Amino acid sequence: MAVSNGNSVMSKGNFGEVRLEGVTKIYEKEGVSHPVLQDCMLHIPKGKLTVLMGPSGCGKTVLVNLIAGYERPTSGRVLIDDTGVAGPGPDRLVVFQETALFPWMTVYSNVVFGCSVQGTPKKAIKEKAELILKKVGLYEFRDKYPSQLSGGMQRRAELARAMINDPKIMILDEPFRGLDAMTRQLMQEFYVGLFEEVGRTNLFITHEIDEAIFLADRLIIMTYQPGRVKAEIEIDLPRPREFHLLASPRFMEIREQAIDLLYEEAAKAFSSGSKAAYDLVGALVAQKGACKPTCTPR
Amino acid sequence: MMNQLRTKILSPQLFRAVAGVLIFLSFWYLLTEVLKLPRFKLIPDPVSVIKEWVSFDPMSGRSLFTKEYYIDIAYSVGRTMAAFTFATVLGVTLGLLMGWNRILYDFTFPLVEILRPMPPLSWIPLAVLILPGVEFAVVYVTFIAAFFATVLNTLLGVFSIDRNYFLAARCLGSKPKDIFFNVVVPGSLPFIFTGLQISMGIAWMSLVAGEIISGQRGLGYAIYEGYFLYQFPQVISYMFTLGILGYISSAAIRAVGRRLMAWEARRRGA
Repeated sequence: MAVSNGNSVMSKGNFGEVRLEGVTKIYEKEGVSHPVLQDCMLHIPKGKLTVLMGPSGCGKTVLVNLIAGYERPTSGRVLIDDTGVAGPGPDRLVVFQETALFPWMTVYSNVVFGCSVQGTPKKAIKEKAELILKKVGLYEFRDKYPSQLSGGMQRRAELARAMINDPKIMILDEPFRGLDAMTRQLMQEFYVGLFEEVGRTNLFITHEIDEAIFLADRLIIMTYQPGRVKAEIEIDLPRPREFHLLASPRFMEIREQAIDLLYEEAAKAFSSGSKAAYDLVGALVAQKGACKPTCTPR
Repeated sequence: MMNQLRTKILSPQLFRAVAGVLIFLSFWYLLTEVLKLPRFKLIPDPVSVIKEWVSFDPMSGRSLFTKEYYIDIAYSVGRTMAAFTFATVLGVTLGLLMGWNRILYDFTFPLVEILRPMPPLSWIPLAVLILPGVEFAVVYVTFIAAFFATVLNTLLGVFSIDRNYFLAARCLGSKPKDIFFNVVVPGSLPFIFTGLQISMGIAWMSLVAGEIISGQRGLGYAIYEGYFLYQFPQVISYMFTLGILGYISSAAIRAVGRRLMAWEARRRGA
């Protein structure tokens, strides 16, 4: 799955930026209102890889739904290049947690789905699809069904299905969840390579602190209920990113800082009795103690 | 090729299947010919059933070598296919639309749930009164329960589709019709085909009941006639004929389903 040079294939370079201005999202449940996001200000800059972290229940998925246009904020504005979001659209593509490839379509049909429903001419689609399939190393597998692919291949097909539409923004909601450690690491490398080549605006959501720091230009840490931005950390690790960075002193420094910030929020969530938060605190305590990179450098 | 055939013939599955049938036949023989239980006095033994079935000059005038037999089959198959086709076209369409459109669902679901449990035979009076002729009434009775089974399974099929597929389709720029044809229809196919096998079984059951009560010709009617005329071997050979026809039609549905859902078979690792 080598990434070849030349980025003309995948990008017209029309990247966008996202701004959330005072966004509040309140859910009513049995007459009680739960503010999931409160007065959230967030800027996702053009052409950068922004990673979002926070304890479960901090409203990450709601944030994704708001930017993608599946849901509307209770108050405040979600702006893509200064235009309000009116609904879902192919300028903001979401890559979902579990694979959302259509199991009844071949890899090829999945990848071209967006283009064909948008009415792109068949011939143009074919050229574009073949290039992108080669890029993600799935050209030989184009006539297979998703169930015939490995987990890592499915995720690559999903990236291809999103990228072929040349979205202004790609939103990845824990896209590597459920992959085994080795595949996950390879996918991180593969994905970061694609990003570095194209430089598209990306919003990446994850629970994994090493994954977050390894990928990010900017790391945003959210507060626990109601969610808003707690801190932003510029990740000044050099690009292209390679896995030996995980052992570098700078990586450790950033990691320490991020863990401290996350720990506070996770502890808050913990005392409120969230089961997911309990798990996160456990994991963080273990990491704080030993602070060893979980991935072995090559 | 020859080798494949040989492994198939020598496979333990086939052996067990044949053994199962033989055990069944010997129990039957035991009850009717050896033990001669009082309630089994009038029941023909397997040998006389088979004799009647393959006779050139059957007592009942109905065997593998008579035209009558095939006319009965043609009537029953024709009715079942007509009813099953209507049930499938209408049932799948209604089920998909109900699953797709919340308002339609609200309007129709309670009604469907009231009409669905009504036994097919209870429709006979209305069917005879409303429809122009007994033939239509029998087809209607065959149709009705199969139709509701198909509606319900199709509906469940739509509901079984992972929400993420809808979200993904929307964010890739789908219009509602794209979602309907690319997500709703293929996503519910596995449930639809399970439903079709059930509805086919229901159609055969209702058909025979309908033919017995208000039919002219057909396998069900001939079974009833055989009962009155004391031609019991023919009754039993016709029961097996129904069984075989039911088996063939289910197998045909499965074969079509496998073709349409190659992606499913692969998922199951078949």
